[in-house]
Amino acid sequence: MEGVKKEIIESLREQILLMEGLKSGRIEMERTDLGLQEIAHAFPRGVFPTGAVHEFISPTAACAAAANGFISGLLSGLVQKGMFCLWVSTKRSLYPLALEGYGVPPHQIIFVDVKRDKEVLWVMEQGLKCDALAAVVAELSEVSFAESQRLQLAVEKSRVTGFLHRRRPGRQRALACVARWQIRPTASYVTEEMPGVGHPRWEVTLEKIRNGKPGRWCMGWRQGKFTLLPDLQRVAAPKREHYA
Amino acid sequence: MAIWLPLLATDRIEKGRPELRELALVLSTPQNGRTVVTASNRRARKEGILPGKVLADAKAMLPELQNLPDHPATTARVLESLAEWCLRFSPIASVDAPDGILLDISGCAHLWGGEKPYLDHIVARLAQGGYGTRIAIADTIGTAWAQAHFGTQGTIVESGQQAAILEALPPAALRLETSVLARMEKLGFREIGQFLHMPKSMLRRRFGDALLLRLGQALGTEPETLEPIVPELPYQERLPCLEPIRTRPAIEIALQTLLESLCKRLAKEGRGMRSGVLKGYRVDGNIQQIQIGTSRASHNPEHLFRLFALQIATIEPALGIELFLLEAPFVEEVPKAQEALWETKGGRRQVAELLDTIAGKMGMDAIHRYMPRQHHWPERSIRATSSLDEVPDTDWPADRLRPLHLLSRPEPISVMVVLPDYPPLLFIHKGRTYKLAKAEGPERIEQEWWIADGRPRDYYRVEDENGARYWLFRSGHYGEGDPEWFLHGFFA
Repeated sequence: MEGVKKEIIESLREQILLMEGLKSGRIEMERTDLGLQEIAHAFPRGVFPTGAVHEFISPTAACAAAANGFISGLLSGLVQKGMFCLWVSTKRSLYPLALEGYGVPPHQIIFVDVKRDKEVLWVMEQGLKCDALAAVVAELSEVSFAESQRLQLAVEKSRVTGFLHRRRPGRQRALACVARWQIRPTASYVTEEMPGVGHPRWEVTLEKIRNGKPGRWCMGWRQGKFTLLPDLQRVAAPKREHYA
Repeated sequence: MAIWLPLLATDRIEKGRPELRELALVLSTPQNGRTVVTASNRRARKEGILPGKVLADAKAMLPELQNLPDHPATTARVLESLAEWCLRFSPIASVDAPDGILLDISGCAHLWGGEKPYLDHIVARLAQGGYGTRIAIADTIGTAWAQAHFGTQGTIVESGQQAAILEALPPAALRLETSVLARMEKLGFREIGQFLHMPKSMLRRRFGDALLLRLGQALGTEPETLEPIVPELPYQERLPCLEPIRTRPAIEIALQTLLESLCKRLAKEGRGMRSGVLKGYRVDGNIQQIQIGTSRASHNPEHLFRLFALQIATIEPALGIELFLLEAPFVEEVPKAQEALWETKGGRRQVAELLDTIAGKMGMDAIHRYMPRQHHWPERSIRATSSLDEVPDTDWPADRLRPLHLLSRPEPISVMVVLPDYPPLLFIHKGRTYKLAKAEGPERIEQEWWIADGRPRDYYRVEDENGARYWLFRSGHYGEGDPEWFLHGFFA
């Protein structure tokens, strides 16, 4: 009796996910491994939702670099098989050479540099409609709810993963994205007692996730993969960020 | 096939004035203050008067010599019309200035019953017209030319026998410059066979690339193309309208019709459009035009239509458009094999079409793709490429840590340093102070003196007490002027 109940609940959950525009978790799991197994319990059905739009918020330039590092780490899992990725931005500061360190071959990224947020969104929507792309990253500051809905509709058809990176956003507002992340750099770490700057460490905050559990972790990037670091060394108390 | 008309200039005049045929005739032109013979007919040559002689000397040798002024432009026109006349023998004819015609006879000879009858026929027909010729057939333009000018009349070089034929000919048969020929003469190269098998590097060092190119063209290892006198049909389609067109749907229908017929032709020839122009001729004489460019050659009407459709709104039909003209000024071969090879999950074609759409709206300069370049100077270690198919020819450097964000222009900062060559303790950027907790470096990057002058940079990787990581550098050394500090990037 218990088993039957569980099965029914499972299938109903899957139906709900499908209705909400997420692909069945099982299929996704076989396809892409993004190296986030350690925090998988936070995701719906225990799988990082690909084929959806994720929002990243970066109040400062240092946070933006950290968020791009995190996104690049995720991209490394997505751009396998020589697929291209679109990187759209208004004021691009990304240095392609450094992507190699995050497991992304820089020549597989196509950069589109435009002037206004509206244009970024237009290019992103076109990119998300093209299922030959691995992912689309957009760096901009402002996006409205209606615009985010359009993006969500585009990915539901094509199953391309979108990353909406909002740098210095004016104010936070609810968007039709599957998740909202904030990545903050924290003191780097070294495995042995070595002088100098070590491997990057970030304070990863999953502020919102549809059908999942938000959470906060301390993660590092080392030797081409994410590593969960157990001790969350808070750097003083998290300061209130002023949104410019 | 190469046709040489050695006596073209005099034959041309004799054709108009047959009475001159029996006389010794020369054409002359003033040169450096004296009159020099530039062409002589058969009789004159028999007497030993060759082009290059001073006219006064020739007159002394043969007092009854007829002399006429030379008109090279008229001769060139006659040669051109002769080449056009030769189109009856082959569809591709080209002028080989100043006195030759080249024909591409692939697939033509069998119509005359083989190469020999074909060649004889051409010789006979030209002789009928009063032109003396020397003709040779060979696999390559170079060998045919050499054989026509320096070999025996009417030779047909067997396929693959270029080297054997060339060996016995003088170096001049390779269409070389006079300076190279003079050097060869000095070194005692009287036959091509003497240097045909020498190492290429040696030949290049002594005689330059031109010799290797000409040699390759004669042997068939280097490509050479004829420039046909009849140009290929331009890629152009016209659509006259019965009634002047004023509405958008009508323009779209016209565009679709034009694209379909043009794309059909392009597809048949294995080519694709790289740029296209649609012109609308208005009733009042104004011409409206829109144009597109693609990042890869394409003959897909739907895709091209989508690109044009972005711009249809800018057409102003006013009183109506009566004629549409679609042109493809720039076409390219469509890389078929390559496409099949790279096809991965839907493929590059889709990506290329997406980029065309973006370029159509945002402009081509909005799209960038980068390749590695072997330079240590950070600003120079990548280069932009416009091709989607290009793959890096070297590996991306992975041995040095580079920041994920690089400022396009390093921003000046002020720092506090304990000792020269020590990493800074804190830095001030735009009025904010950052206390540094960790640091490593320096990594010295020297300016590449062959590209630009400037001071070396000492880069430090630093981390402030909040955990943010930066890339700072000091431009110049302490002790030599004032070193300046800059913030150049952010590490993730």
